[in-house]
Amino acid sequence: MTEQSPLWEVFVRARRGLAHTHVGSLHAPDAELALRNARDLYTRRQEGVSIWVVSAGAITASSPDEKDAFFDPAADKVYRHPTFYEVPDGVAHL
Amino acid sequence: MYGNDFPAPDDAPGGGLLGEVAAAEAALREAAARRRGRAPDPDTDLEAYFADVIDADQKIEPRDWMPEAYRKTLIRQIAQHAHSEIIGMQPEGNWISRAPSLKRKAILLAKVQDEAGHGLYLYAAAETLGISRDELVRLLLDGRQKYSSIFNYPTLTWADVGVIGWLVDGAAIVNQVPLCRCSYGPYARAMIRVCKEESFHQRQGYEILHVLAHGTPDQKAMAQDAVDRWWYPSLAMFGPPDGDSTHSAQSMAWKIKRFSNDELRQRFVDMCVQQAEILGLTLPDPALRWNDERQAYDYTQPDYDELMRVIKGQGPCNRQRMEHRRHAHADGAWVREAATAYAANQAEKKEKVAA
Repeated sequence: MTEQSPLWEVFVRARRGLAHTHVGSLHAPDAELALRNARDLYTRRQEGVSIWVVSAGAITASSPDEKDAFFDPAADKVYRHPTFYEVPDGVAHL
Repeated sequence: MYGNDFPAPDDAPGGGLLGEVAAAEAALREAAARRRGRAPDPDTDLEAYFADVIDADQKIEPRDWMPEAYRKTLIRQIAQHAHSEIIGMQPEGNWISRAPSLKRKAILLAKVQDEAGHGLYLYAAAETLGISRDELVRLLLDGRQKYSSIFNYPTLTWADVGVIGWLVDGAAIVNQVPLCRCSYGPYARAMIRVCKEESFHQRQGYEILHVLAHGTPDQKAMAQDAVDRWWYPSLAMFGPPDGDSTHSAQSMAWKIKRFSNDELRQRFVDMCVQQAEILGLTLPDPALRWNDERQAYDYTQPDYDELMRVIKGQGPCNRQRMEHRRHAHADGAWVREAATAYAANQAEKKEKVAA
């Protein structure tokens, strides 16, 4: 039996103007076949205008163990959101 | 598109199946945006954190901590589901070369290709739980994991292809639409894709039957015969009655399963009665009648002893289906080997150029 071919994560851009979105994964021996398989598997109904395949091993992910610490720095910076600021009555275009 | 004899899809999401799938998708987004109040700390109390996410109707994702039994249950269920899609290609594939017109052949080819796709979406979802594809394939080929018992029945006539679309895919949809709300993210997302595609399958089957049922007396008789043979096996697809179902209670608590076997079976019967009337075909159950008190149809239960026999390997086609699958896998070995060798070769060439 042959060795299992590597896993690829598939990202599809549904229409021009949208970002690529993760749609799933598949196995293929190389990037070129991964692209062809991705086309047959994830865009049989014209679901995309562009596909990225990324070797699953090449992805570095934040894991839930470090979830809190990892995303904490954003929690105390409410001033990053426009709703933080008080706007005097009657100001236009702000 | 193969020509202009194909009507354009006229259904926008809103009603029926597609509406339900869209609602599940919207609920997924809404639940994800919800704040979970004072959530337990994922570092100190893993179980409480897991329960909290499930209570909030949010999704468990692959890297989250989960109870071992939750992982095992999901692997078993998703794998069985994936195997069913793959084995399910056989009964219909049987008619590709004998489809009555080029149009029907092109449609059937597309449908069987979809089933392969569904199997692959589901294998990919199962793999996120830490089991490898090779292992899943091995478990199926060794007979250590099951597939849906319905695919162990033969497709004797062209009308069977229609009935598989209408009843078998119809029953699968009733089972699967609630799975779009399953608590495990990758499974729920795969089911949303699958359900969107299944609605085409069910309609193409219904159309085949409608044409036959309004054709010559022979054609109508063929359609009726197929309905007679597939009705009870389709009812059995929902599994044993609630009292005998071994996995149900825990799966409900984990929100893997949302409705009981008997609830879903009833929903299916209630849908089919009116659809059969429009076809002008009879569901082969003399006890089938509206119960005003229950606001549902009374019906005869399928033969669950037969279901157990088929699951255990004594159905009409069990051996044939597994043999065919093993042959197909073995016959494809040289393709996998060649592709791997080519990839290694190309990688080596690239390295030489770079050096």
